[in-house]
Amino acid sequence: MSGPSSPPLAGPAALAALVPDGALLALPPDYSMPAMAVVRELVRKKSRDLRLLGVPVLGLCADLLIGAGCVAEVESSAVSLGEAGLAPRFTEAAEKGEIVVRDATCPAVHTALQATEKGVPFMPLRGVLGSDLMKVRADWRESANPFSPENDPILLVPAIAPDIALFHARWADEAGNVWVGRRRELATIAHAAKRTFVTFEESRPGDMLEDELLAPGVICATYVTAVARAQRGAWPLGMPGVYDIDDAHLAVYAKAAKTREGFQRYIEEFVDAFVCTPEKSSSRASSRA
Amino acid sequence: MQHRNPSLRVSFLHKRKGNPFTEGSRELFDLAGQGRIDVFFLGGAQIDGDACINLVRADGRRFPGSFGSAFMYPVVARTILFREEHSRRVLVPKVEFVSARGDPAALLTGSALFSWQKDKRRFRLESVHERRDIRPDTGFDFDAPPQAPVTAPPSAEELQLLRGPVAAAIAADYPDFAKRVWGIN
Repeated sequence: MSGPSSPPLAGPAALAALVPDGALLALPPDYSMPAMAVVRELVRKKSRDLRLLGVPVLGLCADLLIGAGCVAEVESSAVSLGEAGLAPRFTEAAEKGEIVVRDATCPAVHTALQATEKGVPFMPLRGVLGSDLMKVRADWRESANPFSPENDPILLVPAIAPDIALFHARWADEAGNVWVGRRRELATIAHAAKRTFVTFEESRPGDMLEDELLAPGVICATYVTAVARAQRGAWPLGMPGVYDIDDAHLAVYAKAAKTREGFQRYIEEFVDAFVCTPEKSSSRASSRA
Repeated sequence: MQHRNPSLRVSFLHKRKGNPFTEGSRELFDLAGQGRIDVFFLGGAQIDGDACINLVRADGRRFPGSFGSAFMYPVVARTILFREEHSRRVLVPKVEFVSARGDPAALLTGSALFSWQKDKRRFRLESVHERRDIRPDTGFDFDAPPQAPVTAPPSAEELQLLRGPVAAAIAADYPDFAKRVWGIN
């Protein structure tokens, strides 16, 4: 299935350069390996008018992009920093009407992406009909189950095809495959997106699809547009089995980002001054944690 | 509970190590859609007398969002609503935004336990954790017996479980919570 693959790009900045302003960018939750090194590069290159899709929720990566003025619109089931509390830049931007928020609910996002995976225009989903989400989502339709003799209303959600899927992976191999282990929502995003950009922790020789134990955690090169190495590329979030979420840093961010000024100081220290080559991102990350 | 009933399975969506789901986070919702999740615990920024919950906005303030609640609450057979804070700020006559609507098995707060009367669509006070009138702190109307009993305190065995294995299991995924409640790291 996988053809000849392109070699990895020079680094996270080279991937960020391929993300045009205004793109619909699908991102994973904080627990599912966001490509934070690329997110920092998007802030540095002053991306504008991005439309974020949370699959199915968003955290730090969205808050950084929103605070830095890169975002016009967010579709997500939630935006929060988890135990570190509210996502302060999202909260303020939403309260002041600076961004458009399209509220969703987790399985509706998954279902809409699965529709695109299958190449069908919509898919049904149970529940949801009694929620006010039906009032704010004009694109969601209540329909009648055509196979039921009784009245059986059901929600239809339209397919979502993100312009770009962006996430971090444990390995990329010589065949252009990436390994994400059990974080299969990343596979769903990659299958549904028009282009998929992946940073990876380490290179692996050969073709992981030839290894029966590794293959179930692989996203095939067919779906991968470009990769770049970024050691500790998910930091301050975690890479399961390699490094944990940096809870202390998240608390530092949550506190700093409560005000615009504090957020700006955080950006100066951890984004502007943070030159993201693999070696430096690793040493800097651990010294700042 | 798992010590008493080994067949009980507690699934943490955000478990950092040993996450039970291998098809990504949609697997939880797929299980629920099939009716294979028996009990779901759901909190709310606001909870009203119709048992609706709000996770989106109130009084000009924005909250994180509805998460999976709009789906899980009506789909899972037994949803238990909970909120530690028992105040008029939280327990309101009508939520500002209905994130999710359903028929809960119960509502538990830091002060009281309510059951849900599906036919009347009204809460009924079952017990209070300390003997006092909770009506002034409750923004919605509810049925109540002439004198609500005091909630039975946990047994020594339950406390030992909570402070031992339960605390240790929670600390792995909710370190701040475990530190605050049990003082453990």
